[in-house]
Amino acid sequence: MRSRRLAQSIVIAVVVIAPAIGVAAASAIGLAAAAHRVAPAPQPIVLRLATTTSTADTGLLAAILPDFERACGCRVDVVAVGTGQALELGRRGDTDVLLVHAPDQEAVFMKEGHGERRDDVMYNDFVIVGPAADPAGVKGSTTAKDAFGRIAKARAMFASRGDKSGTHSRELKFWKAAGLSPTPTTALPWYLSIGQGMGETLGFAGERRAYTLSDRGTWLFMQRKLPNLRILFGGASIRENPDLDLRNQYGVIVVSRHKHPSVNAALAGRFADWLLSKATQQRIGAFGREQFGQSLFYANSDEYCAATTVRGR
Amino acid sequence: MDSILRALADPALLAIVALSFQVTGIALVIAVVAGVPLGAVVGLTHFPGKRLVTLVLYTGMGLPPVVVGLFVYLALSRSGPLGPLGWLFTPAGMIVAQVIIAFPVAAGLTQTAVEAVDRDLRLQIRALGATRWQSGWTVLREARIGVTAAIVAAFGGIISEVGAVMLVGGNIDGQTRVLTTAIVLSTRQGDFALAMALGIVLLLLTLGANAVLLQLQGRRR
Repeated sequence: MRSRRLAQSIVIAVVVIAPAIGVAAASAIGLAAAAHRVAPAPQPIVLRLATTTSTADTGLLAAILPDFERACGCRVDVVAVGTGQALELGRRGDTDVLLVHAPDQEAVFMKEGHGERRDDVMYNDFVIVGPAADPAGVKGSTTAKDAFGRIAKARAMFASRGDKSGTHSRELKFWKAAGLSPTPTTALPWYLSIGQGMGETLGFAGERRAYTLSDRGTWLFMQRKLPNLRILFGGASIRENPDLDLRNQYGVIVVSRHKHPSVNAALAGRFADWLLSKATQQRIGAFGREQFGQSLFYANSDEYCAATTVRGR
Repeated sequence: MDSILRALADPALLAIVALSFQVTGIALVIAVVAGVPLGAVVGLTHFPGKRLVTLVLYTGMGLPPVVVGLFVYLALSRSGPLGPLGWLFTPAGMIVAQVIIAFPVAAGLTQTAVEAVDRDLRLQIRALGATRWQSGWTVLREARIGVTAAIVAAFGGIISEVGAVMLVGGNIDGQTRVLTTAIVLSTRQGDFALAMALGIVLLLLTLGANAVLLQLQGRRR
């Protein structure tokens, strides 16, 4: 008697649960597909661009992308993450094109065969910012390597991106050059590796009165929200930056259609060509000049350099 | 202050709010349609493995959204098993992640609500000639306060989460940006005033949605 009731219960449970899951799955797929189609009315061709927080947060992409979208009749979806994650998206074939600034990591990426082409796009520079009191005496440094050495020696608070971004890679190179081996780890009480984007790291450095390495573009963009920080090494503009090692080169990479057949490599190629064209390069160079009194990015594609007499390197 | 008012009046904000409710709304409907009946059946019947199912549902209620986001991301990635669907970085992917987060909450809390109903009531109804289905439905109605709480908890869990929608959606401007990810972006850019304003908008909208849900619960005896 008991086992029969039990069997009945199981049968009912299965008979109810299985269709419930089936209905849920079917409606999930159906409704989600409908929602997917609901967003823009006629679904345009989409180009997915994975880039760094610096190019997105400064507003550069918002300013120039509409030109490309109009020209190609497509939509550019910008996924703004750190360089490390952007490259990983490329490796997984989850993005069509990359705009990043970590030449060493880019070289590895290309060597692995994930990209079919890579070109220089633009550059700016890094600066070392920190508290006005400057406990480590960074202001008097001759080179960036010297500045990092002073910070380490004084064991002054330093905020690190810690996220495998282009900025983070450069920072690690400087620590190594300054003779810190192994490079600082989170075990050191003055080295604060927070694993976040440039904006957050600057905000954090301001709160904790710490030094940090920042690209000049994001710094200029966030400066007025950071009253506790100053540029202590790197000059007021890129022309005044005494250390060429602080130069920050951005590159565009088209993800290989060979390795990742699902990417829209043709459209990505068109995007790269457009980005490197003289007209776009001029717009890049002009961006921010009015608002900040200087450019945030300097154009230096091969095409632009050939077409103008200004040397970009 | 000026810039906040301008930002709040921006039509882009409307799109962000609309997407937040679209994604969470659809995910909630799916989770409730699948979860409430399942929870009721589990609560009302005895079967071998019931403790295990209960354990799974309870654990599911505590799933960290960012972990769900990570697994859904890997599953939907081009290199992953469901890559061909192309749902990564789209609202569809975000809905999948939120269904996974909300489903155990809806099912588990419905189960406990149903189990809390006096057993004698079921026996009484059966004695009066009700079928299994009729008695089950009556118990569910008796437990409606708890079931409403289950739906409210599921809704609250997903409207407020940021980890899963950030990883799976990518916070793409105009496509997958919702209120929570927009708040993260504003904070990242140091625009705390705007972030606060967005947070208040989210709270007010959640308040409104919950008020509606409470109304649907019906008269309390």
